[in-house]
Amino acid sequence: MAAPRLTATASQTIGPFWHLIEHAEMADLLRFGATGEAITVTGTITDGAGQPVADAAVEIWQSSPPVSDSFPAYGRARTDTAGRFEFRTLKPGPVPGLGNAQQAPHLAVTIMARGILRGLTTRLYFQGEPLNDTDPVLSLIDDPAQRATLLARPAGPGAWTLDIRLQGENETVFMDI
Amino acid sequence: MTVDAAGFRPLQPRTQPPNDSPEYGSTRLRHPARPALRIPQSVTETTGPVLSPKHFPPMPDLTMLTGQAAMGERIIVRGRVVDEDNRPVPSTIIEIWQANAAGRYDHPGDTHDAPLDPNFHGEGRVFSDEDGWYQFTTIKPGAYPWGNHHNAWRPNHIHYSLFGTGFAQRLITQMYFPGDPLLPLDPIFLATPDAAARNRLIASFDIEATQPAWALGYRFDFVLRGRNATPMENT
Repeated sequence: MAAPRLTATASQTIGPFWHLIEHAEMADLLRFGATGEAITVTGTITDGAGQPVADAAVEIWQSSPPVSDSFPAYGRARTDTAGRFEFRTLKPGPVPGLGNAQQAPHLAVTIMARGILRGLTTRLYFQGEPLNDTDPVLSLIDDPAQRATLLARPAGPGAWTLDIRLQGENETVFMDI
Repeated sequence: MTVDAAGFRPLQPRTQPPNDSPEYGSTRLRHPARPALRIPQSVTETTGPVLSPKHFPPMPDLTMLTGQAAMGERIIVRGRVVDEDNRPVPSTIIEIWQANAAGRYDHPGDTHDAPLDPNFHGEGRVFSDEDGWYQFTTIKPGAYPWGNHHNAWRPNHIHYSLFGTGFAQRLITQMYFPGDPLLPLDPIFLATPDAAARNRLIASFDIEATQPAWALGYRFDFVLRGRNATPMENT
């Protein structure tokens, strides 16, 4: 393979003032009238001292259901002073993987904030999904406690929650994509 | 059988800032202690959101928010969005945000004792054209102090957010200005180990983009990750 001719631009932190591009409606992926299984996804982000990360930008992207005029499949939310974020979206279904693999329903999640020079990417899976047991990404994680950091738990009808720990005990599994 | 878009090549070593960068104090409790888990790229990573002008109308002039000119040195910034194979990335959104000419953000979290400008908010948005070119007009942002260390000042900079064509291409970065004496003192700029990669975050003065009796021009190109030659196949 020929060496690339150019090198990807270096990332820099999103900083504490990214809210200038926030637009709160971006946290609602149903704002264009998408229909299907509506869910809310919430979570709290904490740092290595267990303190809330109150200035983060959280982004989700999902390849199921597919992008359409009524469904952007992408959202952006702020964390509040308690480190909490909230999205409204459609519950994803299974996603094709490499070869014959099926991936369990999941959201890609990226966290950007002051003190994070390159966005931290992880995935949110849904507790109790049968495909979780054979998912090609979850299967890379041997330690059940580490796997559990990616499994959102039910928090009421149509509600799912996943806490994200940037560092330390129960540190979320972040991914190099 | 469906054929997905090809996966992205790995980033080149030392050309991205490590999240554990002790000189930048806020990284101390916010960097994961464990190395990131390398995962195979799937459709989740090789495709990505498309933010269209229909829902995100362009805002290519940050200086005329109210119809009255913003204070400060008016500048034009232009450049290209390409991938590592130098292929243009067309019709992609570029989100822009920055401090005003006095070094103050129009943001409740910014407590720096410098004036706000009622005619400047500091948000912009443009889309690349079919050849990857973009352009916007703004004022040159001021330097401002921050609490990282004694007498710490951020160099003049403009923030950017780009998406490209796959979620693995997502890019948040900052553009700096040539000759800024604060650059060799700034731990955020310095966090990228490779000097050439770091210096590519500095725009160049562009006389061709400069408009007579109106505004200085700067050139800044974005390079997004390149794709592998071979698409992945799903049966």
